[in-house]
Amino acid sequence: MARIDVNHIRHSYLAEPRKDSDFALKEVHHTFEDGGAYALLGPSGCGKTTLLNIISGLLKPSHGQLLFNGRDVTGLSTQERNIAQVFQFPVIYDTMTVYDNLAFPLRNRGVPEAEVERKVRETLDMIDLSDWAKRKARRLTADQKQKISLGRGLVRSDVNAILFDEPLTVIDPHMKWMLRSQLKQLHRRYGYTMVYVTHDQTEALTFAEHVVVMYDGEIVQIGSPAELFERPRHTFVGYFIGSPGMNVVPVSIEGKTARLGSQSIELPGAPKAAGDNIQLGIRPEYVHVGSQGMPVTVTKVEDVGRHKIVRATLEGRDIAAVMSEDDQVPAEPKVRFEPAGINIYADSWRIEMGG
Amino acid sequence: MLELRNVSKVVGADTHIADVSLTLHHGSLNVLLGPTLSGKTSLMRLMAGLDAPTSGSVWFDGKDVTGLPVQKRNVAMVYQQFINYPAMTVYENIASPLRVAGIDKARIDSEVRKAAELLKLTPYLDRMPLNLSGGQQQRTALARAIVKNASLVLLDEPLANLDYKLREELREELPKIFAKAGTIFVYATTEPHEALLLGGNTATLSQGRVTQFGPTIEVFRKPVDLVTARTFADPPLNTIVLAKNGNHFLLDGGVNLPVPVGLAGIADGNYTIGFQPHHLSLERLGAAAVPVRAKVSVTEITGSESFVHLDFADVRWVMLAHGIRQFAPDDEVEVFIDPRHIMVFDDSGRAVAVPQLAA
Amino acid sequence: MERTWNNKAWFLVLPVLVLVAFSAVIPLMTVVNYSVQDTFGNNQFFWAGTEWFEELLASDRFWQAMGRNMAFSFIILAIEVPLGIFIALNMPKKGWGVPVCLVLMALPLLIPWNVVGTIWQVFGRNDIGLLGYTVNALGFDYNYVQDPFDAWVTVIVMDVWHWTSLVVLLCYAGLVSIPDAFYQAAKIDGASRWSVFRYIQLPKMQRVLLIAVLLRFMDSFMIYTEPFVVTGGGPGNSTTFLSIDLVKMALGQFDLGPAAAMSLVYFLIILLLSWVFYTVMTNYDAER
Repeated sequence: MARIDVNHIRHSYLAEPRKDSDFALKEVHHTFEDGGAYALLGPSGCGKTTLLNIISGLLKPSHGQLLFNGRDVTGLSTQERNIAQVFQFPVIYDTMTVYDNLAFPLRNRGVPEAEVERKVRETLDMIDLSDWAKRKARRLTADQKQKISLGRGLVRSDVNAILFDEPLTVIDPHMKWMLRSQLKQLHRRYGYTMVYVTHDQTEALTFAEHVVVMYDGEIVQIGSPAELFERPRHTFVGYFIGSPGMNVVPVSIEGKTARLGSQSIELPGAPKAAGDNIQLGIRPEYVHVGSQGMPVTVTKVEDVGRHKIVRATLEGRDIAAVMSEDDQVPAEPKVRFEPAGINIYADSWRIEMGG
Repeated sequence: MLELRNVSKVVGADTHIADVSLTLHHGSLNVLLGPTLSGKTSLMRLMAGLDAPTSGSVWFDGKDVTGLPVQKRNVAMVYQQFINYPAMTVYENIASPLRVAGIDKARIDSEVRKAAELLKLTPYLDRMPLNLSGGQQQRTALARAIVKNASLVLLDEPLANLDYKLREELREELPKIFAKAGTIFVYATTEPHEALLLGGNTATLSQGRVTQFGPTIEVFRKPVDLVTARTFADPPLNTIVLAKNGNHFLLDGGVNLPVPVGLAGIADGNYTIGFQPHHLSLERLGAAAVPVRAKVSVTEITGSESFVHLDFADVRWVMLAHGIRQFAPDDEVEVFIDPRHIMVFDDSGRAVAVPQLAA
Repeated sequence: MERTWNNKAWFLVLPVLVLVAFSAVIPLMTVVNYSVQDTFGNNQFFWAGTEWFEELLASDRFWQAMGRNMAFSFIILAIEVPLGIFIALNMPKKGWGVPVCLVLMALPLLIPWNVVGTIWQVFGRNDIGLLGYTVNALGFDYNYVQDPFDAWVTVIVMDVWHWTSLVVLLCYAGLVSIPDAFYQAAKIDGASRWSVFRYIQLPKMQRVLLIAVLLRFMDSFMIYTEPFVVTGGGPGNSTTFLSIDLVKMALGQFDLGPAAAMSLVYFLIILLLSWVFYTVMTNYDAER
């Protein structure tokens, strides 16, 4: 396993990029620590797959350097980098058995057959497919095929990193849970460096220790799931993570109070907010619907089983709140913002609130 | 009103649809929920007239339309793939079903603009579909489906190929479309969460059978059998087989669950107990809640919630807890099951009790 | 995929059934009728039973022609399939080269059989033909009119030139349907060029290859026009294939009975071999 340093990498698919918008990856500078579980999260076109392909060597960056354990691998081919990758759609060798699929990368590297046997058996155990070893791989279900793709990476003891490119796209919801928890267990037990690309926040947050949120070719924030949830650095992170996303409303600041129309909202501190474009962000989970607080008009209540999502207007602004499944919206609904859940943004970037 | 009467579809040795009877009313939204290959698409093809059933009949407004091909029915379909005419502008794409119908220009124009407005496509009317984002391409396909003024609109996992957030945005637009009076909407999805957000009615499918059909929230809260409960649970439904003995459900090794009031009369024997992940809690929330000691396998944290995968006896459970709950693997934790939230299934998988706390 | 059960469908199919009856079944019955009778003209027929069949199956001439057919089909398959795969593998997958290659490949397929024959007949002549003249000028003694081997080479090269494109186009269609991820995964797994071919490209081409082999086999087994135009079945009988022999017998010698028996046997062989191919293909499909 390896530490991966992405040194000021820029990439453009154009031969002669001129302006900033010609770059699919504007400038990424980041270290993936040895043994870490990372997710690259963002909407399509944000550059996350470009970055993954640069790490795996399927793409050579226009600018910058890539280091594995301090060694420059920018010019090395995919084979020489010794990485494993699981793709969006299962890649299996149709005509081979499950066993031969897993043995393939080892045999290609001239590993002696006895060693191949030992490693393949061990890997089959890890991915829970021992009983299927002799089956033709094409007869398996989508989730099993994805495990084979993963297994072909795990079987090599010397892989530097395992990369995932939206691996759960074709998997049914129930199997997603199984596969995700198995992945996590593998990571914990064997300490692989894993980088996981997805547009699905649930997958990213549940899989990774560190989530790298990307937008428009740049990293917007890197943090633990809790940090991204509680302290989004940019309103985009607030919107993109969480379902529904963070409520963002324009306010004006006076000391430790934010003004929204005729309402005053208590803040946990006094932000040093300058400029006109000041916004208050609060997640629906921190908006409490009850009989106290600011009056709202409820437009819709969505019962999604484990909780209810309340859509309402507050001072002419659409906001969402989350309510537990047993609670009811009162006759004259009001909302209260939990101060701990409030963030203040100037020009979309979060600003600190002094005590 | 679209009626399927004892419809089956057998292809070779495979039964794709097994004896399905459904009645869908005008102006209703009907979700077909089930995993891949459970028969959602096959059922839609039968409804559309793309396939004819092997046995059974299809009725529309009291008329037998079993053999009637799709061209003769007033049906619109939207697929998982973004299917538009690549050589036509968005405007022409939306207008195409109206042009086929031979409607006059002025009306076509007003219809197209109305649909484009509804689906936020107005700025893109002169663009080619392939130069648009996936979300906009699918909006174009949806707009084409609604201008057609079809009496039956079938949507086969229309959001599956979109990014998570785009899915969320487009899902918010859908009710506006579904509000179109008089049309029967059928919407296939693999995701329970999506069914709940859409509301309407839901038919749960498993292996070509409709296991239950009714108002979405009711099917979710009061499943008639174990298969339905499992189909309609994400994270997966937690289950355990317990032996009823008098007033208690028992398992060697530490479960002793009082039998909920109203079930005292059922015979002693083995029952499968099911409960949703958010009904497994770290705190004793109800007076009757019983503690169970389980071992932590994996913890997944989303920031606002934690999914704790637990091993108990020989089964795997998922607990959904609020906030951040960090556990080390192999930690023993005490979790609580509230008998008010449990579903009880008999040997054959039929539900004998569903939660009484259903709001 | 789209099966709609409808009574009207039968009426729509009816003309085709009638057409097939007139174009295939009725002539076939006529042939069957001829094959068991003898005629000396004047519309006088005598019952011959299985005599013609027995004679045919005992005749060296038939078996030699049959052997030539088999050899020809085998040789052209052995050349065209690997060559077609090779060319398909080396064709560009994107960019301006794609349409150029596709058009070049499609060109020979657009030329009618007899024109192909005429082209090669002239092309190979050692007095005025570019090929024949050049080869002879280079010191090779090449003359397809006199030398059986040269005649075979000419007929085979002609067929390869004419039909390899079909194999190429079919294989190419199979190849471009392979997602990029497969090649990327193979790189990551350290697969050699050969492994990529053996485990990714070949399995994905298998179905189209079967179709290509079936088409090329049936077509080559029925070869008639080109050798007829170029060599006329000679020199000697060296390029007399079943079809040429059949025409000689039926039209040249007016032996309707034996010719009918022969065409029936010929027909049954093609039917049998096509059935074998079809079974292999459908079995393969069922396995998928």
